[in-house]
Amino acid sequence: MSSKFNQRFLLLSLFAAILAVLVVGRPTQHTSAQAATAAPTSSMVMTAVATMPLKNGKPQELHVYNYTTYIADDTISNFEKLYNVKVTYDTYTSMDELYSKIQGGNPGYDIIVPADYTVSQLIKANLLEPLNLDNIPNFKKNADSKFQNPPYDPGNKYSVAYQWGTIGLGYNSKKISRELNSWGDLFDPAFKGRVALLKNGRETIATFLIYLGKDPNSTKPEDLAAVKDLILKNKANIAAFHDSDGQTKVAKGELDLISDWSGDFFQVMADPANKDLGLKYVIPKEGAVLWTDNLTIPKGAPNKALAELFINYIYDAQVGASISNYTQYGSPNKAAIDQKMIDADALANPALYPPADVAKKLALLGDIGDAQAAYDQVWAEIVAGVSQ
Amino acid sequence: MVWPAAIWLIVFFVLPLVVVVLYSFLTPSTIYQAGGPFTLANYARVTDETYTSILERSVIIAIVTTLISVVTGYPLAFFIATRPKATRNVFLLLVVVPFWTNFLVRTYAIAFVITDNGLINTILVSYLHLIDQPLRMMYTPFAVFVGLVYGYLPFMVLPIYTSIEKFNFRLVEAAHDLGANDLRAFLRVMLPVTLPGVLAGCILVFIPALGAYVTPDLLGGAKALMVGNQIKDFVFSTTGKPFGSALSLTMMLIVVVALLLYYRFADREA
Amino acid sequence: MAELTLARQETPAIDNAKLQSDLAVRRIGKIGLSIIPWVAYLFLWVPIIVLIVFSFNSSRTNAVWENFTLDWYAGLFRGGVLGGDAKLSTTELLKAVQNSLIIGIAAMIISTVLGTTVALGMERFTFRGRRALDLLLYLPVVIPEITMGLSLNIFFSATFRNLNTQTGARFSLSLVTVIIGHVVFCMPFVAIVVRARLNGMNRNLEEAARDLGADEWQTFRRVTLPLLMPGILAGALLALTLSLDDFVVTLFTNGPGSTTLPLFVQGLIKFGVNPSINAISTIIVCVSMGLVLFSLILQRNRT
Repeated sequence: MSSKFNQRFLLLSLFAAILAVLVVGRPTQHTSAQAATAAPTSSMVMTAVATMPLKNGKPQELHVYNYTTYIADDTISNFEKLYNVKVTYDTYTSMDELYSKIQGGNPGYDIIVPADYTVSQLIKANLLEPLNLDNIPNFKKNADSKFQNPPYDPGNKYSVAYQWGTIGLGYNSKKISRELNSWGDLFDPAFKGRVALLKNGRETIATFLIYLGKDPNSTKPEDLAAVKDLILKNKANIAAFHDSDGQTKVAKGELDLISDWSGDFFQVMADPANKDLGLKYVIPKEGAVLWTDNLTIPKGAPNKALAELFINYIYDAQVGASISNYTQYGSPNKAAIDQKMIDADALANPALYPPADVAKKLALLGDIGDAQAAYDQVWAEIVAGVSQ
Repeated sequence: MVWPAAIWLIVFFVLPLVVVVLYSFLTPSTIYQAGGPFTLANYARVTDETYTSILERSVIIAIVTTLISVVTGYPLAFFIATRPKATRNVFLLLVVVPFWTNFLVRTYAIAFVITDNGLINTILVSYLHLIDQPLRMMYTPFAVFVGLVYGYLPFMVLPIYTSIEKFNFRLVEAAHDLGANDLRAFLRVMLPVTLPGVLAGCILVFIPALGAYVTPDLLGGAKALMVGNQIKDFVFSTTGKPFGSALSLTMMLIVVVALLLYYRFADREA
Repeated sequence: MAELTLARQETPAIDNAKLQSDLAVRRIGKIGLSIIPWVAYLFLWVPIIVLIVFSFNSSRTNAVWENFTLDWYAGLFRGGVLGGDAKLSTTELLKAVQNSLIIGIAAMIISTVLGTTVALGMERFTFRGRRALDLLLYLPVVIPEITMGLSLNIFFSATFRNLNTQTGARFSLSLVTVIIGHVVFCMPFVAIVVRARLNGMNRNLEEAARDLGADEWQTFRRVTLPLLMPGILAGALLALTLSLDDFVVTLFTNGPGSTTLPLFVQGLIKFGVNPSINAISTIIVCVSMGLVLFSLILQRNRT
């Protein structure tokens, strides 16, 4: 065929393809200039309903990346209505997923919610924007002093606490008649094939380090090997590793006993449809991991000012209370607690707000630096070994 | 004329694979995803029993899935091909239409049927009172087999159907005349002639089954971990991308071997 | 009397044993051949039918039939949260549907154009590297999805990291990267379908047109393209379906706000607490079947 024909055809199809991409594709290209044109000034007071100025005639956008089941049904929509902005809300199920998505460069999120040990990693890797606490007056005003100036982020330079909780045992007491109070109960042969562990390497390994009486932040290879041997010896019990949906499975009757985050399990317990199931959550006697998740702004966030406004909004006593009442996690918002906005049963629940004697046995997870690779490796071996 | 497509594939298919090969030789790092120095450590780690056992199991699961699909798919294809022309398309559609629905939806449908208070168990326990405790089907390798065969059966049926449709049944008559019974006629005449379709179906089932991710994740729980799940976990972890790359390329090696075997056998038939 | 003793051809004695066993084989074969297909059809359809039926069940937990209800469908339109997570709301569902459609249509258009051009090139020309391109076209079809997803994820993040540090621009995973990934595996399928159609086409018509004085472009526009159109449309529809259905590649290439319907459904499977997921699934099934019927009607009208 002639070359003229070729050329015409080629041009036409190239044109069609380009047209398609332009018309339908929407590249996200943010430059720092755009962030600068976002308008709000330094102090925004919550009580005044201040709508955010429009950008290019459209409401400003906030991109939030948070854990699943970690916000009340109406928190986001209320924020959108209050400030006339749009929020995209994406979820992840594990710290690993979050970190790996941010590690390659911020794909466009304004708010991410890492755990305390992940915050240290992110700070070291220079992946977080420093916070201007003047734009977040509610934090200083409302946060419990325990969460101001935490060890993993002195001076709250990069993070403020969002929710905190423990990792404990959640189980179906209708199927399991005796009281459970030890991590060893997970390995009771009576529960063969009815157990699930949290699919989080760092947190699950730390949990069993606590059970074995070792340092939960240990980087010693023999300690990690001991945890691996313990779990693999009892692999017959483990039916699944759940990435934060284990509580749904217990409610559905597919599993009977899981290690889980406190609030996730309490959420399912609080669902009126599940009230006859006899679900229980306990902090075992050997102790447990106490974690704090934090609101942070990843580096290169498209709209940092709006992000700080969002954080300030979360720290409003009412909003903070509604979040904690829904997610059933511990609230760092002292004002909400003092003003009795948090459910009284939650406050009285020793598994949710542990009293001093239990709190002594709770451990914080710190930075393990380069031992992360060793943890990842041991965890991969545990997961693979359990499946044999 | 072919340049646009070729360029697209080279940039977005070949190049990424090259990057994966590159990554598989890098050292994991917490701060960056990976960096120098170049190392063979990832591949050394792949040979560790933890991973070879999962690869082995994935291959076995893929092979068994393929076999089940052949045993189910061949009669099904034969059945459709021997229907009168008018109804043939309807029967073919009945195989293909479930396939046109969303894969996630179909996987959930299987879960719905086999879970502890799903359809089968409800019938067995509550309606027929045949057993007391529900049958444990979910989170077992059995569930994974069911899910995989369910997902890939049409891939097996369609090529075999095409082969059988072109098959000249007079050959079977001739075999009968020569004294062969049905079994011999099938094994000596029909099967060899329709083998290209069977082989095509096998390769179309084996490869996706080997790299399956969704089915073992949703249906298999901890007990049916396959290499696809491992790869996903590594890619979405803090330090796992280089090793995930190495593992993925090792799996690709198995795929290439399977393809070579296929071409070897398919050529012999042609 | 001299008798011609004709050599009597002995009819072989009927081997009764063989006859019986042969008949048994036939009987077994017949039973197998009649049972297996129906078992297979049941196997293929029962889960879907059950899924649909129980989308009308008023009970929240599975499989025990209570009452007929349209509540779960109503809930989809009413707005609000569908599963155990604020993200699993109807607004997010609609967003996911919208994203799936945008991605699907874009991928369909691009892969149809690319696939058709490459099919025409492969079938009508010989050129250096034709065999290599042939191989290249088949690779995305046979490669496991997880490898393709992984390679795109690593490629994009490595590329973006370099681009972002060197220029000021901020590229990131988004709808565009998902579309790009989808085109990679959709386009070879379009090429296969169009090539098959080209192979079966009657070249005489094109020659006739040229004999009548039409130039290449006119021949293409007036003769080749219309004849090819059913194949192109079939390929396009195939590309659209593959894109709408995709989960793994999308999982690895999506970014903020680019959740698709399959990803949403997966979230609902994990955190779903009521048969809303059955309702959504039923709708998806009906739409898919509608698309298939539509494509069949198209093909019937044109051939």
